[in-house]
Amino acid sequence: MNWVEAIFTAFASPLFYKLTILSALPLVFAGIGGVFSEITGVTNIALEGIMKLGAFTAVAFTFLTGNPWLGVLLGMLGGLILAFLHAYVSIEWSANQIVSATALILIAQGFTGFLMKPIFGQEGQTDFVTKIPNVKIEAIQNIPFIGEIFGEISAFFYIALVVIFGSWFLLYKTPLGLRMRSVGENPKAADTLGVNVKAIRYFGVLMSGVLAALGGMYLAIGDIGQFQEQMPAGKGFIALAAMILGNWNPIGTMWAALLFGAAEAMNIQLQTLMVLPSEIKALLNLLPFVLTIIVVGGFVGRTRAPAADGVPYEKE
Amino acid sequence: MSFLVPTLAVLVSLLIAAIIILIIGQNPLKAYGEMIKGAFGSSLAWADNITKMTSLLLTGLAVGFGFRAGVFNIGAEGQMAMGGIMAVTVGLSLGNVPPAIAIPITIIAGMAGGAFWASIAGWLKAKTGAHEVISTIMLNWIAYHITNYLVAGPFAVGAGVPKSPEIAKSAQLPPLFTVQASTLPSSILIAIVAAIVMYIILDKTTTGYEVKAVGLNPYAAEYGGISISKNIVLTMAISGALAGLAGALEVMSVHHRIFGAFTSDRGFDGITIALIGQNNPIGIIFAAFLISSLRSGSNAMQTIGVPDDIIVVIQGIIIFFVAADRIIKTWIIKASSLGRKKSPEKIEDGEEE
Repeated sequence: MNWVEAIFTAFASPLFYKLTILSALPLVFAGIGGVFSEITGVTNIALEGIMKLGAFTAVAFTFLTGNPWLGVLLGMLGGLILAFLHAYVSIEWSANQIVSATALILIAQGFTGFLMKPIFGQEGQTDFVTKIPNVKIEAIQNIPFIGEIFGEISAFFYIALVVIFGSWFLLYKTPLGLRMRSVGENPKAADTLGVNVKAIRYFGVLMSGVLAALGGMYLAIGDIGQFQEQMPAGKGFIALAAMILGNWNPIGTMWAALLFGAAEAMNIQLQTLMVLPSEIKALLNLLPFVLTIIVVGGFVGRTRAPAADGVPYEKE
Repeated sequence: MSFLVPTLAVLVSLLIAAIIILIIGQNPLKAYGEMIKGAFGSSLAWADNITKMTSLLLTGLAVGFGFRAGVFNIGAEGQMAMGGIMAVTVGLSLGNVPPAIAIPITIIAGMAGGAFWASIAGWLKAKTGAHEVISTIMLNWIAYHITNYLVAGPFAVGAGVPKSPEIAKSAQLPPLFTVQASTLPSSILIAIVAAIVMYIILDKTTTGYEVKAVGLNPYAAEYGGISISKNIVLTMAISGALAGLAGALEVMSVHHRIFGAFTSDRGFDGITIALIGQNNPIGIIFAAFLISSLRSGSNAMQTIGVPDDIIVVIQGIIIFFVAADRIIKTWIIKASSLGRKKSPEKIEDGEEE
């Protein structure tokens, strides 16, 4: 099969769309996590680390308890704790947020590597554990084409729908959302109006911890059923690019994540549809990273960050 | 005060790591004992330590130089890889050239490769405002995949692990001397010279003054007639050249070839080193030695059942406390005010008696 033929075959098959959605899931969770943190004025480039720790914690506790839902719960707790460290030093001590987040990425990497041996007795990757089961809906399964995409799909897909529309509603239709946005745009004005800037920022950063952890967990116990040391392989940073392209808005982030998901799905599809030498496969893997650079370089339309993003706030 | 914060950060992180080691049921004193033996216990350990230190010193300088200009170059990893790739590309074809020419050419190729790779992120930041953290991380991944492509395709040689052929003998750096199976690389001298040159550039030249001015206050610098965008690209280029030099020297004096992930996270270690060294080239020399010792020592710790990833945790905690330096400064102020309160009381007591 030649390139053009393969690309057309990919676009015509429901599998491509399913892979696009599934590849977008971790980016949706982590990207919206980024939105929550940055919309209140705290940058959080530690998403990659939070995803990693969330994924590992979920797998470790699923392994120890046998219950993947308990794993998800404790995985979220793992993400929460890591995000709390970032919130604490960013909000209480005006720490350099980029440096603090870098520290958390290293701490997550170190901890997961360190605990791998005592828990699983090996390095590199963990044992396979019980996955979160897929959701099958027969009524959808019977619809042609659509049924092949949504008929049986990861439960994380439905969690993502709740997260996307729930967070959009929270941020744009509730008083809390208004407060969050005002704190991210002008903390001083919000403070004058009696908004508790610190509390709102804690909420934003902690939410980013829970959501990014969910993103990492999808990769581990939603998709393949084990944790691998190189996870999430840059997806935390691609999620940041999705957040930027999505203009710090949950719905926009979803569309951007789908774009990155499509790049990944095309990569997977081309590698299966065509007989490619391994060095060409290595080059195809570049696709999402090049796309990210183009996006953050502002070549796909301009976006604007919240005005107080990354600026510590101190009462006089 | 300036070196007190990183020193205390290191001590606190070692203490926290000791608690973690205790939790997994190992003896932290024994583990740290093994660590010291692994880093300094024999001439072989020293050779390994100094070999590691060479590239760490350079990636530390690369990140530190960026920090001085207010640029967070998190891409030393990819720039080091590009430096290695360029050094191999050039070094492969220098068979008939005498070492006196082959060695400098290979070094310059490596530095140019790193400088070019970093300039992409610098140019994007200057032109479009793209945050250098995201673009350099992406460039790291792209460099990683390019390396894998090269060692599996155009450069592939031999069976087993995908790898490139060895560079010409004339482009290889001779060791200072040989210790058992290991060698003490002469590249450490080049790295130390780079640190001194860096120190001179930053402290004694107009370029250094401009770089620091942009780092301290970009708006004031622009008002003073310094072009910010020119300086960002220049800073990234110099920073990338240092990381590229790390890659070139790694190829020229250690492996003589490249393979997948030959940079082994040393670009990221540069961040820790720059922060411990307070972005001061001379401080970075000591910080690089500290981290190379921890790295060499952590390998030895594995033999008694403490996974060497503990060193990554230690580095993370160090960076965390350097980011939140106000926590440590508050401790220092509290500690010194406690000391001050006590002493007058003692004097008063004495007078009463």
